[in-house]
Amino acid sequence: MAEIKKTTILVRREKKLNKEGEKIMTSPEECEALRKAFSGPHGVEEKSMLEILAKCNPADLTTFRKKSPYIFLDDGCCFERWDPFHMKSLEIEFLRFQRAVIQRTMHPWERDALLVRKSLEEKPPLYNLLIELACTRTSDEFLGARKAFQCLYSESVEEFVAVRVEGFQRRLLVALVSTYRYKGMRIDEAVIKLECQKLGRAIKIDKKNEIEKDDEVLRILTTRSKHYLKTIHKCYKESYDSNLEEDLDDIQILRDTVNCLCAPPIYFSKILHTAMSVCPTEQEKEALTRVIVTRTDVDMKDIAEEFNREYGAPLIERIKAAALGNYRDFLVTLVKRGMAN
Amino acid sequence: MATHSVAEDCEQLRKAFAGWGTNEGLIISILAHRSSAQIKLIRETYAQTYGEDLLKDLDKELSSDFERVVVLWALDPAERDAFLANEATKRWTSSNQVLVEITCTRTSDQLLLAKQAYHARFKRSLEEDVAYRSSGDFRKLLVPLASTYRYEGDEVNMTLAKSEAKILHEKISEKAYNHEDVIRILSTRGKAQINATLNHYKNEFGNDINKDLKTDPKDEFLAVLRATVKCLTRPEKYFEKVLRLAINKRGTDEGALTRVVTTRAEIDMKIIKEEYHKRNSVTLDHAIGKDTTGDYEKMLLALICHGDA
Repeated sequence: MAEIKKTTILVRREKKLNKEGEKIMTSPEECEALRKAFSGPHGVEEKSMLEILAKCNPADLTTFRKKSPYIFLDDGCCFERWDPFHMKSLEIEFLRFQRAVIQRTMHPWERDALLVRKSLEEKPPLYNLLIELACTRTSDEFLGARKAFQCLYSESVEEFVAVRVEGFQRRLLVALVSTYRYKGMRIDEAVIKLECQKLGRAIKIDKKNEIEKDDEVLRILTTRSKHYLKTIHKCYKESYDSNLEEDLDDIQILRDTVNCLCAPPIYFSKILHTAMSVCPTEQEKEALTRVIVTRTDVDMKDIAEEFNREYGAPLIERIKAAALGNYRDFLVTLVKRGMAN
Repeated sequence: MATHSVAEDCEQLRKAFAGWGTNEGLIISILAHRSSAQIKLIRETYAQTYGEDLLKDLDKELSSDFERVVVLWALDPAERDAFLANEATKRWTSSNQVLVEITCTRTSDQLLLAKQAYHARFKRSLEEDVAYRSSGDFRKLLVPLASTYRYEGDEVNMTLAKSEAKILHEKISEKAYNHEDVIRILSTRGKAQINATLNHYKNEFGNDINKDLKTDPKDEFLAVLRATVKCLTRPEKYFEKVLRLAINKRGTDEGALTRVVTTRAEIDMKIIKEEYHKRNSVTLDHAIGKDTTGDYEKMLLALICHGDA
């Protein structure tokens, strides 16, 4: 009994000293873990902060500051000061879990209404976000968001969008947020063939930069039902041996529109990948929260499969590598839950 | 007013079809005096009791104008609007006006219900069909009008009203009637805001906007724009005019007459009658009595008094 006690005591109190003869409580490994906890890129590692920081004494903290040049600047002040840029980012990283929780608990209509507002109030505007909302939600889900938008802002979505964009963008985006698409599976094969030809002609034969002037392309994309458009997408592939969205690659808003309408998992897996890439913008990073929170009940399984197929890595593993702490655990649980549905 | 049992109504209607000929008077006396909610119940009960659709029986037993007015009346308002809108997409010119009428005089929720009824009946969306069947400037205006879910609050932004009145005046002066901002203002703003904008237009520039839109009486697009403005701001005046033209026309435009009477009987027929009297110095009853005959006339007269106690 006494022997065991001795060992425990020995392991706990390392009794190391620094140059100044002060006691040091943390190991270099713990220092590294603490640095990681503060460095994102998605979230913070609360556990490390709790466990390691709590036992740091002033000497440990000095060492930590001196050995973390990306977090603390040693630029002529007589002490190592917090890099203000890093401090600002840390605020955002601490909030990431909070934001995810709020988004998850919010009514989907309110959530989407707020996102619509944000999409055009940000500078530069986030057209792909607006397209994502208008095209990946069902007709009734987006109608709900439009009603919520009116409650929150005393104006309609179409008014809000129309006044902030011009020209071709206005015609496309206002139509996308206004349309109330047929939700069923009924299609007319003859009309599909005809409209597939119209698209093919506009894209392949007429000059590509004339697409924006082509009323028929706009009409087909903004009024036809989703099932109809998926069928056209297939028909286009068979007729022209290429994917509609790839052929529209020059015009990003059209490409995003086609992806969101015809194959949301492809669109979502792409923005998830961008969110977890090397240097995403804050907007791109936020997509990680938004996609997981909003799609866990819809098509998480398809998105994860597409992600794996396209990027050669399981989505969950990628999230575990990119995110930290409670935020990471929350996302991983939501993905697992979505995949089990 | 005596309470009517749905079962009794069904029985009576069934009797009206029985034997040779049809008891049109009985049909009018029942259906013209029931609300759309009551008629819905009657249709359900009729189907349960006799295994047949009341509308199909009406279609079988009745004919021409009388049949049309009865069947349209017996439809649920949303179904009626869907049916009329669909009919309008299949024809040209004057049917643009019908589309404007349906999309601009209904409330946002009424139009939404009509679009849902359209999905159910035609397996396509209203926007699809309107877009498919129109082109050029008409498509640019009619599709947004069909798609919009306008904000219906009363609050008005006067600064915005001023700036948008200016934009409208500018574009109209340049004869850029199809300009994207003209379309934007008319197809996305709420009715209260549009009213404020057009009031300001008149105050600032002297004319009603519709006067300035009358530069070419033969221009169909201008006619559609004028109808849009009227339907959004003064629907009762719009409907009075449609009725007046339908009745005064050589031979009467029964289509328009039936449409306005059946779609407005439960909404604002009283106000429309007042407008009619003011403008024509005779009552609508009198004008319809002079211009139509038989069971069709009887049904119309019964319907325009529908809301009266």
